[in-house]
Amino acid sequence: MADATTKKKGAKTDVLKQYGVSPELALDMMRDMLLYRRFEEKAEEGYAIGKIGGFCHLHIGQEGACVGSIKPLRPDDYVMSAYREHTQAIAKGVTPNAVMAELYGKADGASGGKGGSMHIFDAEVRFMGGHGIVGGQVPLATGIAWKIKYRKEDSVVIVYMGDAAVNQGGFHEALNMAAIWDLPAIYVVENNEYGMGTAFSRVSKTDMTTKALPYGIPCSTVDGQDVLATYAHFRGLAEEVRGGGGPRFVNLQTYRFRGHSMSDPVSGTYRPTKEVEQKKAEHDPIVTLREQLFAAGHLDQDGLEVMDQEARKIAQDAADFAENSPPPDASQLYAHVWAEINANGRLFFDGRGEH
Amino acid sequence: MAVITYREALNQALHEEMARDPDVFLMGEEVAQYDGAYKVSKGLLAEYGDMRVVDSPISELGFTGLCVGASMAGLRPVVEFMTFNFAFLAIDQVINSAAKMYYMSEGQFPMPIVFRGPTGGALQLSAQHSQACETYYSHAPGCKVVTPATPADAKGLLKASIRDNDPVAFMEGELLYNLKGEVPEDDDYVIPLGVADLKNEGGDVSIVTHGKMVHVALQAASKLEKDGIYADVLDLRTIRPLDMDAILTTVRKTNRVVYLEEGWPYAGTGAQIVSMIQEEAFDDLDAPILRVTQADVPMPYAKNLELLAKPSAERVIEACKKVLYR
Repeated sequence: MADATTKKKGAKTDVLKQYGVSPELALDMMRDMLLYRRFEEKAEEGYAIGKIGGFCHLHIGQEGACVGSIKPLRPDDYVMSAYREHTQAIAKGVTPNAVMAELYGKADGASGGKGGSMHIFDAEVRFMGGHGIVGGQVPLATGIAWKIKYRKEDSVVIVYMGDAAVNQGGFHEALNMAAIWDLPAIYVVENNEYGMGTAFSRVSKTDMTTKALPYGIPCSTVDGQDVLATYAHFRGLAEEVRGGGGPRFVNLQTYRFRGHSMSDPVSGTYRPTKEVEQKKAEHDPIVTLREQLFAAGHLDQDGLEVMDQEARKIAQDAADFAENSPPPDASQLYAHVWAEINANGRLFFDGRGEH
Repeated sequence: MAVITYREALNQALHEEMARDPDVFLMGEEVAQYDGAYKVSKGLLAEYGDMRVVDSPISELGFTGLCVGASMAGLRPVVEFMTFNFAFLAIDQVINSAAKMYYMSEGQFPMPIVFRGPTGGALQLSAQHSQACETYYSHAPGCKVVTPATPADAKGLLKASIRDNDPVAFMEGELLYNLKGEVPEDDDYVIPLGVADLKNEGGDVSIVTHGKMVHVALQAASKLEKDGIYADVLDLRTIRPLDMDAILTTVRKTNRVVYLEEGWPYAGTGAQIVSMIQEEAFDDLDAPILRVTQADVPMPYAKNLELLAKPSAERVIEACKKVLYR
C-alpha cells in the first residue's frame, strides 16, 4: 500500500487538501469502504446459501456515508443505529468476524447469536445496536446523550436512521427533548430516498432539511457518496457538539445499490432499474474516492487491487470464522433474560426455564 | 414506627434511593416544579436539582425511550407515568427496548429502570383513565411487575425495584395515595421482589390477589368472618417474580381458591395463576377456582354502571361461598 502512496505526485488536483484529509487517512477510508463492500457481498452470499436467516439488510452503496461519519469519532463516542448496521458496527470497532458470526447465528457473534443481523451490540466499543423498530433507536440515543450530559462527559452520540424514520412520532419527541436540554447528539438520516419501497416524496410534503427545524436544531446536508466531504463535515459537527453546541441534524444523502432486504430485488417495483444503474455508475462512493486518489496521485490501479484483495480476504476470513464458530449452547436459551434472578419467586413460566 | 400515607412512603423511598445513588434520577410529566400530579415527588426538585428531577414534555414515547437509553448507558432512571393509561404510548420502548435489550445483546446491557405511576380505576374517570395495566407488562419476559397495596409495601418494594438490575413496572393504586399505615423509617427497609404476604390468616378459603384489590379482599374476609368463614388473603405483591410457593401453601391449606384482580378476565393475571395451580396442585383442590375481575367491558362513566363494573367485596364473598358450596 505504501508504494501506491509514494508514487507520482505531479501537478494534479488534490481534493484531499481541500478537506484537510491526509493521504494516509484517505487511503484508510478507501480500505474501509472496500472492506464494507466485500463484507456485505459475502453476507449476501451467505444468505443465498442459507447460512444467514431472517432479515438481512445490506449497506452496499452506502459505504461512504458510513465511513465518513464514523471515522471522525473518538473511541469514547457512541454509535447507535437501526437494522442496516453491519458495517457501522465494524466502523465503530466490532470485528468483522464477530459481525459475520452474529449474522450466522453463532456463539462467537457480537451478540452471542441471539440478536442476528438487526441486533449487533458491543458495549466495549460503544456500538449500541442494532434496533429493529423504525425510529425506536432515536429516543434511546437521546438517552445516551442525556447520560453524557448527566455525567458531565465530553463524548457525543451519533444515531442513524433511515429517511422513513422521520415520520415516526418518537423521532419528533426525541429531537424536541434533545433541543430543550442541549444534548450532545448528532441525528443522522441516511437518506437513501426510499423507506423500504416507498419514495420519501410520497410520504412527506416537506423536504428532509425541514424536519428538525421546528425544534431549533441546525440541519445540514452532505453527499454521503463523497466520503471525503462526509468526513470533513462530521469532523466539524462532532467538534461543535462536543463543545456544547447542542444537537445537530444531518441529511446524509446516499443510495442503496441493493434491495431493501434480501427478499427485495435490486430495483424492485418501486424504482426504475435505470435509476439504480445510473446511481451505481455515477455515485458509487468507492469509485468517487478512487478517482480522487488517482487524480491526486496517491493511489494507482495496482495499489487498489492490493487493497481490494486484502478486503476480500478479511471478508472471506470472517465467513470462515462464522462457519467454524459453534452454534450457541442450548443452555443459552434461558441466559440473559434477567440481569438479576431474585432469590424468591418465579421469573419463568414455561415450566422449564428455572435454574 | 411512623404512620404515613402511601404517597409519603413512595416519596420517602425516592428520596432515600436518590440520596443513596447519584445515578438515580426521576423523569416524567409535572414531577419537578409541580411536585408531581399526585405529589409523590414533592420536595425532590429542591433537594436534587433539575438534572435529577426532570419535567418532561408530554411525550410518553419519547421520554420513556430516553430513559431506557440512559439506563442502557449506565444510569438508573425512574420514569413517572402520570398514569399507566398514558403508558400505552410508550409500551414499545418498555417491551421492545427495555425488556429485550439484555437478551438481544447477550447480557452486555443490563437495564435497571423503574416505570412507575398509578394504574387501575379511580372514581368516575371512565374508559381511558380507568384500567388495570399489569398484564401488559407481566406478559413479557424481561420485565418485572410490582403492585404494592400498603404504605409499607410501597416503600419497601419501590426501594427494591430501584435497586433491581432489571426493568420494573411499578404499579401504584390511584385510590391508595391517601391510605395511611405504619412504615419503617429505616433507610434500608427493602422488601425483596418475589415474596408474597399473607395479609389475613384464615383456613377455609384462599383469596389470592394483588395491588389495590387487597383491600377489597380484606373487606370480604372481614364480612365472611361474620358467617363463620375464615379466609386467607394472600397479597402477591409482585406479579413477576411470582411467589408460587406462597400460593401453593395457601392452596394446600384451604383447598379452595378465589382469584381477585382489578383487570379484565381474558388472559389476566388470575388466568395464569389458575393454570399454574391446576398444573401443580390439582389434587389439593376441592372446588374449581373462581375468578373475580372487572366486568369484561370498558369502564363506564355513570356511577351505578361503574360500581357494577368493578370487582366488589360482595362478588368476592359470593365466589368464596360458591367454592365452599355454601
